[in-house]
Amino acid sequence: MSPWRDVRRRIVSRIFTGLCALAVLTALVPLAFVLFFVISQGISALDWHFLTQMPKPVGEPGGGMANAIVGTVMVTGIGALIAVPVGLVTGVYISEYGNTKLASMARFAADTLNGVPSIVIGVFVYGLVVLPVKHFSAFAGGVALGLMMIPIITRTTEELLKLVPSSLREGALALGASRRQAVFSVVVPAALPGILTGILLALARIAGETAPLLFTSFNNRFFSTSLGQPISTLTVQVFTYAISPYDDWHRQAWAGALVLVGIVFLCSLLSRIATARMERMTIG
Amino acid sequence: MTTNGRRAGSRRGEDTGFRLGTGLFAVLLITAVAGIGAALIWQSRLSIRQFGWSFWITDTWDPVSGQFGARPFIWGTLYSSILALIISTPVALGIAIYIAELSPHWLRRPLVFLTELLAAIPSIVYGLWGIFVLVPWMRTLELATPAWMKALPLFSGPPLGVGMLAAALILAVMVVPFSSSVAREVLKAVPVSQREGAYALGATRWEAIRMALFYGRTGIIGAILLGFGRALGETMAVTMVIGNNPQVSWSLYAPQYTMAAVLANEFTEAADELYLHALIEIGLVLFAITLVINVLSRLLIWSMGRPPKARHVPAATLASPEVA
Repeated sequence: MSPWRDVRRRIVSRIFTGLCALAVLTALVPLAFVLFFVISQGISALDWHFLTQMPKPVGEPGGGMANAIVGTVMVTGIGALIAVPVGLVTGVYISEYGNTKLASMARFAADTLNGVPSIVIGVFVYGLVVLPVKHFSAFAGGVALGLMMIPIITRTTEELLKLVPSSLREGALALGASRRQAVFSVVVPAALPGILTGILLALARIAGETAPLLFTSFNNRFFSTSLGQPISTLTVQVFTYAISPYDDWHRQAWAGALVLVGIVFLCSLLSRIATARMERMTIG
Repeated sequence: MTTNGRRAGSRRGEDTGFRLGTGLFAVLLITAVAGIGAALIWQSRLSIRQFGWSFWITDTWDPVSGQFGARPFIWGTLYSSILALIISTPVALGIAIYIAELSPHWLRRPLVFLTELLAAIPSIVYGLWGIFVLVPWMRTLELATPAWMKALPLFSGPPLGVGMLAAALILAVMVVPFSSSVAREVLKAVPVSQREGAYALGATRWEAIRMALFYGRTGIIGAILLGFGRALGETMAVTMVIGNNPQVSWSLYAPQYTMAAVLANEFTEAADELYLHALIEIGLVLFAITLVINVLSRLLIWSMGRPPKARHVPAATLASPEVA
């Protein structure tokens, strides 16, 4: 073992650990660029009118995305109404009966669904909901988003229920509670802050989806809150405006993007605070 | 005694009810997933029947004459995703190693948050940024490419800005957080004793990390595959920067097309039934490919994720040829 070999090994070690740090910076550069452009371009077009007015016809400056904002809230809301019960109860089942065959199948199904490309979910819902009635609808968009939310909520619920100390459940059972009572009045409430966070996070992710809405809820130039009619959403509207040839629409697309990023950022920040609290609670 | 017995009995009944009630939702979820596959096959039957396997390997995509072949789209999806992986894998692994092994403790949380933010930015926002910022940069880069490089098939074609390179770059950015977070978990699951052993034998820091990477290799490959699955199905950002031109080309500068992009662009325009069925068959192909990749990656990650105890279980391991 010559001393040179050790020196070389130490230098190699330095180089590669340095490259790892460089990798972190490499990933942060695009993040900074995207955020910089979205904020700087978006802020100039974002004003009160953008949030409260309807889209104006081409050529007329101004106007906003009020209908798209309402649409996004509606479609995501329908998605949550479908996904929260199914995801929550499936998560409870998997965590309660984790070693049964059905539970592992459900876990596998959730992971599979999570990996299905969002555009394929759109195609599936098109065939399921749109094709039979032959027109696009807000409801169809909600179903598509709901399908995407289910696996996230299922897995979050499962993970969080596992974190609840088993002494809590045993205490409830020892006091004579049935399994259902122990789960729904003791275990689930203990994990509730975390589960709500998971739902919030899922909502944020789903509100930013475009692909599954393109041929389910489609788009609408007008204000609509009808479940059976096509509806405008922020994401689809940003897409339509982005690929249009008009400068004014491009500005509005940036403003829409800023609103979307704002929603996502807020939700993930809130969830981070809540999970930190939850961790302290369960560990402490 | 009897009352107690009855109560226990009714509780058992209630427990069964609880199990059935919650189990029903689990069944619902499983049915939904199976239903996706079945529905896609059923709704693409015309195209499957008419074109058979040639759908996968022919190039003509002509809605007017009713000729449909998906090879350029399959090519574009695979090529762009593989390029994205080549770019993203070293970066994702570097981040995972840095956060799991090297970074000071106080920096970990903020770094995890920032990489997760990269995953939280909606695809459409990446696409918007791609069209108005990245594509012009690509055009400048392509214009600045020296002539001898343009002679290579990898860089041939006019400097459009939109094309394979822009798509691969944006995909790489979007995939990094997924691969790196799984790789980080895998590294965390590598027992400390492995590293301590390496250090005890006089290993440098990097050598110890290499040991950990080797120990977790199946999980690491799983993490990379998970990113691959994400890249295959990514729609909006790719649609907006890839140029949407169905051709099979090695050129990074050539505008190409992906399966997800053709669905996003043409689905609402499908006027006749065969056209619609051909598009849905593309969805089916995409579904099948991502399913295989995802299942494979889950299996690999899962085999890593088992409690370390099970992996140590020693006698058998020591006797295995790998160690001997």
